[in-house]
Parts: sequence; C-alpha cells; structure tokens
Amino acid sequence: MNARALRDLAPPLLFGLVVLALWEAGVRLLGVPMIILPAPSEIGWRLVTSVPTLTADFLQTIRGVLAGYFIGCGSGLLVAILIDRSPFLQRGLLPLGNLVSALPIVGVAPIMVMWFGFDWQSKAAVVVIMTFFPMLVNVASGLSSAGAMERDLMRTYAASYEQTLLKLRLPAALPFVFNALKINTTLAMIGAIIAEFFGTPTVGMGFRISTEVGHLSIDMVWATIVVAAVTGSAFYALVAFIERRATFWHASYRAR
Amino acid sequence: MKSIIPLSTVLLALFAIWYVAAALMNAPLQRDLFANAGRADYSTSDLAIASLNMERPKLPAPHQIAAELYKLTIDTAPTSKRSLVYHAGITLEETLVGFFFGALFGVGLAVMVVSTRLLERSLMPWIVASQTVPIIALAPMIVVILNQFDIGGMTPKAVIAAYLSFFPITVGMVKGLRSPDLLQLDLMRTYSATPSQTMSKLRAPASLPFFFASMKIGAAAALVGAVVAEVTKSEDGGLGARLLAGSYYGQTVQIWAALFTAAALSGVLVAAIGLAGRITLKRMAFPQ
Repeated sequence: MNARALRDLAPPLLFGLVVLALWEAGVRLLGVPMIILPAPSEIGWRLVTSVPTLTADFLQTIRGVLAGYFIGCGSGLLVAILIDRSPFLQRGLLPLGNLVSALPIVGVAPIMVMWFGFDWQSKAAVVVIMTFFPMLVNVASGLSSAGAMERDLMRTYAASYEQTLLKLRLPAALPFVFNALKINTTLAMIGAIIAEFFGTPTVGMGFRISTEVGHLSIDMVWATIVVAAVTGSAFYALVAFIERRATFWHASYRAR
Repeated sequence: MKSIIPLSTVLLALFAIWYVAAALMNAPLQRDLFANAGRADYSTSDLAIASLNMERPKLPAPHQIAAELYKLTIDTAPTSKRSLVYHAGITLEETLVGFFFGALFGVGLAVMVVSTRLLERSLMPWIVASQTVPIIALAPMIVVILNQFDIGGMTPKAVIAAYLSFFPITVGMVKGLRSPDLLQLDLMRTYSATPSQTMSKLRAPASLPFFFASMKIGAAAALVGAVVAEVTKSEDGGLGARLLAGSYYGQTVQIWAALFTAAALSGVLVAAIGLAGRITLKRMAFPQ
C-alpha cells in the first residue's frame, strides 16, 4: 500500500470508525434497548458466536445467487449477440428490455417459489429474470459502440461478420458487459434474499432475517445483514477486479 | 414510431409463447383433475382449453389475468378490500410519500457532497459502497424498529421506499452537479461568483438531465421498496400484501394480477417523470 492509496482510504475509514464509535456510545449512554438498535459490539459478538448458522445461511443463499447470476448474465449476453444481426428484433426487444428494467421484477418471487419449490432453484430462477434484461440492454448498446473508423478498417481488411464481431465489436463492448455484470451482482443478491422471504427450507439469509425479526432477536438480524453486506461488496469487488484486468485498455483506467 | 411494428410483433410472439407454455405447464394438472372426475373420453383440444381456464393454474393464461384485472378494478368498488384499485392506491401513496422524502434527502446529500470537500472524501466512498449491499434486507427490521416506537400504518413502508430511492438519486445528482466543465467553472470564478451562486446558477441547471434520469430510477426503486415492505407487514393491504396472500393460498391468478398492477404503476410513474423531463429539458434548450 503506497502513500496515495492510504491518503484516499483514510477519510472514509476514519468516518466509518467515528460513526461506529458514536453508535456504540449513543446506544450505551442513552440505554437504547437492544430490540431497537443493538450496539456494534453486541452485533460483533453475535456474529462471532453464531458462525455455523451464518455459514449455512450464506452457503444456501450464495448457491441460488451464483447459479442465477451465471445463467441470467450468460443468456442475456447470448440473446444480445443473437439479435445483433436482426435490426427488426432489436427494435422489438430492446424497448421491452428497457421497460422491464424499470418494473418491480422481485414480484415474480412467489411465482418462482411455486414453480421451482422452496430450495435454491427458485431463488436462482428469480435471479435469472432479474439479471437477464440489464445484460441484454447493456450488451446491445455495447455492440454498437465500436467507432465507424474501426468498422471501416475491418471492412477494408475484408473481415467477415464473425471476424468483426469477435475481433472488434465484442472487445469494444466489454466495458458495457462489465457494467451489467457489476449492476447484476447487487440485483442477484437482492433477488435471492427477497425470494427467501416467500419460502425456503429453514436456512438462508433471507429466511434468517425474516424469522429472527419475528423472534425480535435484532442482533442476529444485524449479524446476517453484515454478512449480506460483506458478501455483496466482495462479489462486486471481484467483478470490478476482473474488469480492471480485462479492460485495462479502456480510457477510464488509462487515465490513472 | 419506426419501432411499432417490430415491438408489436415481439409482443404477439410473447403472447403466443405464453399460451403454449400455459397449456403445456397446466396440462398435467388438468389431466389429474379429469382423472379424479372420472373423465377419460376427453380429446386433446378439450384438454388444451380446460388447462387454459383452470382455477388455480401453474401459469395462468393472459386472458385469465385480463379477466381477473377487469373483475378487480372495474367490477369491484374501489373502496372494497378486494379491489386492486384500493390496494394499488395504498402502494402508490406509500411510494409517493417515500419517493418525495427520498428525493429531497438524496438531492440534499448530493449538494452537500459536491460543495464540501471533506464530506466528499469521507462520505462518497460509503455511498458508492452501499450500492453493492442488498439494502432491501433491512426492510423487515425497519418495520419492527418503527413498531417499537408505536409508528405503524403507512410510515414504515414509506420509510423503506425513501431509503431505497435516495441512493440512486444521490449518486446520479453528484454526477450531475459535477457535470459542468472546467471552462464554465472558471467563467463563474472570473465573475467572482460565490459558491452558492455557482451552485444555483451553473451546477443546478446543468444537473437537470441527470436529475430526471435519477428520478426515474429512484421512483422505480421506491415502488419496489413499498411492495417489499408490504410483504413483510402485510396486515394493512397493498399490492405486496396481495402477492403474499396469493402465494399462501396458491391463488396464482391473483399473484399475476397484482404483479401486472405493480408493473403498470411503475410504468406510469416512470413515464410521467420522463414526460416532465422531456418538456423541462426542451424548454431549457438542452440538446435532446
């Protein structure tokens, strides 16, 4: 870690620590009951003492998240490439994709639970539906992002459609693909957790949150939320890391 | 306008696929029903028609959803607890109240972040990081916490709607308020404009396209928040409560009807903001 990274990291870290300290002090001094807001130390203690439960929940939820994420993103990418040759289908499908991205898709969760049962398959199905459209729309606009000059160059090389797609347009679309991949990490987590509100085998982060709220053990809810937050951020960071490696040529990274 | 023919073709194709899928998915169930009723002499078309008109299908056919929507919106009095208009009204109210406060808070935070260097450096990374967190997981807890203070009814749901909508608005507005380029900022400096003048005369107008774009995302997020909050606190109605009740009692048609109503609500909200944005931006001579 060099001095510059440290200088960038220090203010937010300090801010976070101050917030945690104020939270702890406030809860202790004002005697806030744990049901309303547990102190960070209580949440930390709960986190440490219930590692087996939290691990089981994590494994259950992440299975649905990952399966759905790969199928949803993969099929979105594939469909975008397939309809690329047909302007007719594009004009028909893309407005629909844009519309669907603004809809409360999480509402399909109860239907998917009915179709695919209580286990992780129904969560994966919700995640597939939530991640498909952002990927479709992003890849479609990414494929048209290669400049006219570069396309003309490919034409002077007498490159076929497939060659232009593989060597020019898909690489040029990569920043858009990664943008969708990053948006979809959050959507996948949200989809899986909400789908668990509608029914699970008795394990999973969404299940844990909704039942422990019912038992009023709010510290356990917070502990689960910490796990969900760390998982979500780590998932996002992983995709961002791969993006940096894969699109190092892009202007937004070159500038640094 | 060019896209009307392709769009309607795709929609028609979707309808066709839907009918085929509904028939295929419901046929096994319907076969069991026929068997239970002692009927063995049915033809394939009997089976197909019957499986498109089941009471509790696995996948309801579009006309069943349309009939249910018609029954629950036009044929039922809007004051009845069965009316979808009644439930949509509850959800819309929560969404709008939450969205209003979420937008207010989001824009205020963005103005603070842009004008204070310390806040920008300490707060912005957290705001960005919070985007990666499935914050909707907090919804059930917010309901319980507010219950402890005897705050029930609409407030917890509006709070969750506000909470979900303010993040995208803050991020979009920070981008928008930063969109004036160096040349324009320098010009303001040569006029010896105060920071608040720069904010009101340059940054705020320049941020308008971003404002409307993030309002659209924020409104959609507020609706999702309201619906999810209703799922966790379903006793006083709303579209989320209908979703939950439908999934308890296996009333698939009811779930789909609630889902379509929520989609329509979201579509109307986003379209209204889009229209307001187009008119405003046109009058302020932004390039369209």
